[in-house]
Amino acid sequence: MSADVDILQNLLRAEELRGSLDHCVKCTICETQCPVSNVTPLFPGPKYAGPQAERYRVFDEPTDESSVDYCSGCGICTQVCPQGVKIAEINAQARNKIKRRHGVPLRDRIITRPTWLGRLGTPVAPLANLSLRLRPFRILAEKVLKVHRDAPAPAFAGRRFSRWAHKRTSPKTGRKIVYFHGCGTEYYEPWEGEKVVAILEHNGFEVVVPKQDCCGLPLQSSGLFDDARKVVLRLARALAQHVHDDDTIIVGNATSCTVMLKREAREILALEHDPDLKLVSERVYDICELLVELHDRGELKTDFKPIEEHIAYHAPCQQQGHWVGKPALDLFALIPGLQVDEMTARCCGIAGTYGLKLEKYAISMDVGRSLFDQIDASGAAEVACDSETCRWQITHGTKRKSVHPIDYLHRAYGLDG
Amino acid sequence: MKSELHFDAVVIGAGTAGLVAGTRLAETGASVCVLAKGVGSTHLAPGTVDVLGYAPERVEEPGRAVGELIAARPDHPYALIGLEAIGESLAWFAERVADGPLPGYRYVGGLERNHLLPTAVGAVRPSALVPETMAGADLRSGDAVCIVGSRMLRDFHAALCAANLGKAGFEARSVEVAFEADRADQSSLGLARRFDDAAWRAAFAAQLAPLLKPGERVGLPAVLGLTDPHGVWSDLEQRLGRQVFEIPTLPPSVPGIRLFEVLRAALRRNGGRLVLGSEVVGADRADGRLVAVSGHASGRDVRYVAPSFVLASGGFASGAIELASDWITRDTVLGLAVRGEPPRGEPRFVNEYLTEQPMARVGVAVDSRLRAEGAENVAVAGATLPGAVPWRELSGEGIAISSGFRAASTLLSTAAAGAAA
Repeated sequence: MSADVDILQNLLRAEELRGSLDHCVKCTICETQCPVSNVTPLFPGPKYAGPQAERYRVFDEPTDESSVDYCSGCGICTQVCPQGVKIAEINAQARNKIKRRHGVPLRDRIITRPTWLGRLGTPVAPLANLSLRLRPFRILAEKVLKVHRDAPAPAFAGRRFSRWAHKRTSPKTGRKIVYFHGCGTEYYEPWEGEKVVAILEHNGFEVVVPKQDCCGLPLQSSGLFDDARKVVLRLARALAQHVHDDDTIIVGNATSCTVMLKREAREILALEHDPDLKLVSERVYDICELLVELHDRGELKTDFKPIEEHIAYHAPCQQQGHWVGKPALDLFALIPGLQVDEMTARCCGIAGTYGLKLEKYAISMDVGRSLFDQIDASGAAEVACDSETCRWQITHGTKRKSVHPIDYLHRAYGLDG
Repeated sequence: MKSELHFDAVVIGAGTAGLVAGTRLAETGASVCVLAKGVGSTHLAPGTVDVLGYAPERVEEPGRAVGELIAARPDHPYALIGLEAIGESLAWFAERVADGPLPGYRYVGGLERNHLLPTAVGAVRPSALVPETMAGADLRSGDAVCIVGSRMLRDFHAALCAANLGKAGFEARSVEVAFEADRADQSSLGLARRFDDAAWRAAFAAQLAPLLKPGERVGLPAVLGLTDPHGVWSDLEQRLGRQVFEIPTLPPSVPGIRLFEVLRAALRRNGGRLVLGSEVVGADRADGRLVAVSGHASGRDVRYVAPSFVLASGGFASGAIELASDWITRDTVLGLAVRGEPPRGEPRFVNEYLTEQPMARVGVAVDSRLRAEGAENVAVAGATLPGAVPWRELSGEGIAISSGFRAASTLLSTAAAGAAA
């Protein structure tokens, strides 16, 4: 009985999401902010592809409208809509319908699986990294897989964060916090996870690192909803085991993955009814968001040493999808000497796996152009950014080092040496 | 853990009124958070500051006409704000534009005299304070105008604009150019980005120059650049050897986006926080005060606690004021008392579509210092205020800027009084 009610509620919520299109007053504010439609006519814009085209997507009847595949899923349209239309979510669901009808390219089945890639690449990291930088290999990959030869490819770290985490014990302070590190930290940037742990422990937390896997966001954004559901629910089960009460905090440093857990999986994948996901989503924090709230409560240590540097900060689209502003800037303001230029260009263009795709690489670089130019103009030596794929794209586009905002906190705390 | 943040002031709404109030508060050193469901009306409005255009006849001298309005209509927002504060707020605003991120870009005019500007359909529109890029359009000056349009920019019909100006007695004609050869259509925003590119602009000017007659002014849709409108506009005037002006387009409004960027930058420069995408979904009130609001966020809502609030959420158009099917009018954001409804038994709507609707003056009830009835630490600004019909009076931005400014003054003086006590 209660399962039926849940299913019914889920259907209603899904209909509510689609029904939000009726609130569209065609004001075009989303079109002014869409990073993609502003650089290419291939995507006619969120309003056109979303609330307008959706009216013609009746159940599963055929539609010739496939431009929505060029939406990068950044979510800015939903964030800026003054009428509360779930534009990006409607478009994500429309992409899924296209994939269901026209099939999924082999490439999209591979690059959306960071866990497979990570497990394959990590043991043979030197060889894998060399291959990713070899022109003939990339040309071959482009021909076979339709992954653009110039797209930014991260290097495997050759070690896994979880191996490090499980070999050590966090000091028993009784104030437990659950750390969701995500795939980027696990396979590519384990040092970011080590810094997160160090900062949390410095602030008196006992860090618990559950066995975990991908959040399913890459699958979801490529329209592979069935697979994405399996993956995100598996993760939700793993994290939910560690939720003991209302005060349990789950914190992550991969901002796109934390927003997936908080909201996107529930809304876009229509999983509002899942109790584990609900339990988890209400307790997930992005690391900067958490540290700012701790500071507001007077619970964040502020023994920061000066960092006399000038950096640029780019808040990635997915970070903006938390709808909490830009907490990283509040943290930077606590570090003496650190001069930070806030970038106002919207998007770096990569949008997870979007910019890797052969047919979308040029668009992603055009999208990123205004951000790259702004970074160049700022004269900053380094770029702080909350999302790993965006950092790789920024480095690709500006030849500058790009790190997570917590790197500066880690240094200012003197935890780096 | 419940998500909670504390600020000196929380502003609800990121339209002109909210951004003005938030910036002014932040400039005094207060920690400010501007919370908004989405981007506000800036991107839709023409970017001019209309103080008073009709009262009900066309207004030549807005300062004098506002003075008369204040005397005749004590329920009008301007009567609560006062002429002096209106003037002060416009000067404050013009300074923020001049000091803003758009080099050289400024607003011209004031309360002395309205500009008489053409609209996209060739009607004439009085406006007090306007971007320099539009000031050259003033139809009271004698030079003939040539309106430049393009098939690719839908919703801007140069021939229609010129024909209607002609009917109104102004000397006007139109020419069509292909802004971009390789595209069938383009938005005003896309064109503005093109105009920011110097080489592209030079080619455009070379294409347009032979089509112009001696002594003509040139009217272009308002697409003259996003990042450097002053540079774009001056460059075109120089290249074409004549006065060039912008005519506001249908949304998206490029001059409106510039205005948003100017105010956003001023807010951020003073440490103000801007949270977009977070609708206010709850309010804690106690003892005649607002204690906190809940901002909707991913995963869980965030409680924003502050001693002072500004409500600049808009009116009917934004959904902040609602007439529900039970025929009761509500403030949907904080649930505060509203005022300005037609008396019981009187009609709420009239049949003539374009006439003033009796419901149009509804807003959140305030005292003489713009403080909300029943919540003394909430100051109300912009279209949320009762008593005005901005689209008919042409007073929207004037009310937004002056009431945002005044709302900040009220909160600052209250805070100062509280500190002194």
